[in-house]
Amino acid sequence: MRVIVHGRARGRVLRSAEPINFLGAVDKQTGIVGNEGHPLYQMQVGKRVLVFPHGVGSSVGAYTVYSLAANGVAPAAMICKRADLTVATGCALANIPLVLAGDAEFASLRDGMDVAVDTKKADMIRQL
Amino acid sequence: MELTRWEEDALAGRHGEVQEMAYRILVATGEATDARGLAPVQWAHLSGVNYNTIGDAGERFLRELSAKDEARVKVMTTLNPMGYDADSVDDFGLDDGFIAKQRAIAESYERMGVIPSFSCIPYDIFDIPERGTRVAFAESNAAIHANSVDGLHTNKESALSALASALTGKSPYSDEPGGPDVTIRMRIDEPDDLDCGLLGFFAGSIADASVCISGMPHMDRRSCKSLCGGMGTSGTCSRFETGEGAGGSERVDFGREELEEMRCQISSADTGDIITLGSPQLGLDEMEQLASMVRGRRFSKRCMVFCPRSVRDRAVSLGHAGVIEAAGCRIMSDCCTCLTPLVCPEDVDAVTTNSVKGGYYLKNATKVGVNLKSLPDIVRDETQ
Repeated sequence: MRVIVHGRARGRVLRSAEPINFLGAVDKQTGIVGNEGHPLYQMQVGKRVLVFPHGVGSSVGAYTVYSLAANGVAPAAMICKRADLTVATGCALANIPLVLAGDAEFASLRDGMDVAVDTKKADMIRQL
Repeated sequence: MELTRWEEDALAGRHGEVQEMAYRILVATGEATDARGLAPVQWAHLSGVNYNTIGDAGERFLRELSAKDEARVKVMTTLNPMGYDADSVDDFGLDDGFIAKQRAIAESYERMGVIPSFSCIPYDIFDIPERGTRVAFAESNAAIHANSVDGLHTNKESALSALASALTGKSPYSDEPGGPDVTIRMRIDEPDDLDCGLLGFFAGSIADASVCISGMPHMDRRSCKSLCGGMGTSGTCSRFETGEGAGGSERVDFGREELEEMRCQISSADTGDIITLGSPQLGLDEMEQLASMVRGRRFSKRCMVFCPRSVRDRAVSLGHAGVIEAAGCRIMSDCCTCLTPLVCPEDVDAVTTNSVKGGYYLKNATKVGVNLKSLPDIVRDETQ
């Protein structure tokens, strides 16, 4: 487990097996994934604990992550396998907790699961 | 990542809220890149300029930030293209609201001391510092060019990490990577600019950080920039080198099959209603080259050529601009193909372009068809 952005949050897991291109795929105003090909198509990321391998796409996607928070539709927290600068810095500016999980931990976070994230605790991700 | 006492204090807010925000972003960047610490940078290049991409929240963020006296860049800072050409903004029927918001973004950056270069090719229009200099470039084609061609060191920065670097004068640094992740054996003979762009797109899709390309003939500037543009679009790879590659590295071929596979991911149309050349923007060499290719010929469709304002001014005085315009092209400054509101699905079904990066965004963001062709083929097919 590695902390990229500290913080505490609770929410239901929204899990994607595919990376997420925030600039391309997520509507800044609604938090809805608009990319037809994406597994999260038409899902709303707001208030969810977003679990996905990593971010991809343009460097400007950092502003999209920030915009989601400014518009009140950002995930409560993000959990990734790998850090990318777009997601990391967007979360840093918006104060969205971002944690990197190992393979086993990542696999154990199933869609719909209620979790609490607290980066200051030894047990950072706890199923409720 | 190790911070100095001053940096810890800044992170804790003891040097003001702007530094606190900037160091918070740098620390996240450092954690994400396994950085050892922070090192000074000589130059920052920012993305996140086009109102189409950063939107209202981004515009407001920059406005509120730039209103603070402490929000001033500490190093030379340059800027990516914005949404339109300031000289011809009235010609394109843009929404007044868009124009106002875009102006506000430009003003916020200028208030912070950023040079309003509005160009994605800072390496072509500013003096390159000496090899080994650390910089913080957020435009992916520029970061790759800096690392691979100019001998500089930069992370493939995000819009916000580059901004944080501009405001602090620092960027996280990691240990030098061991070597390229993978070696690509270039199997295409005499690759043109489009082949190089697709090679870059392929490389970006398979290499995490660094790639070696073997069997690569010397590339002219247009092809090299095309490769950088393609590579930045598809992944996290931030550097390429040409050569034989290290003994142990994985080897992958790039031949006709791979080329076609990449082409099909972007190219969807047999023809285009308009033509765009740019992405990356054309530098002076390429304007001269384009002029010599189109001299005495004329495009039958609308053709937009994107280059930085400083290049356009030089091209005008050297006569290249006149030749290009006589061929029916419209030269556009301050903006580029990617994410420009100047190309929209209401007016255009498909765009002909030689740009892999431009094509990718035209397809996935603007949502128009894309007809990918090399520049020589575009001139051959679209001019008389």
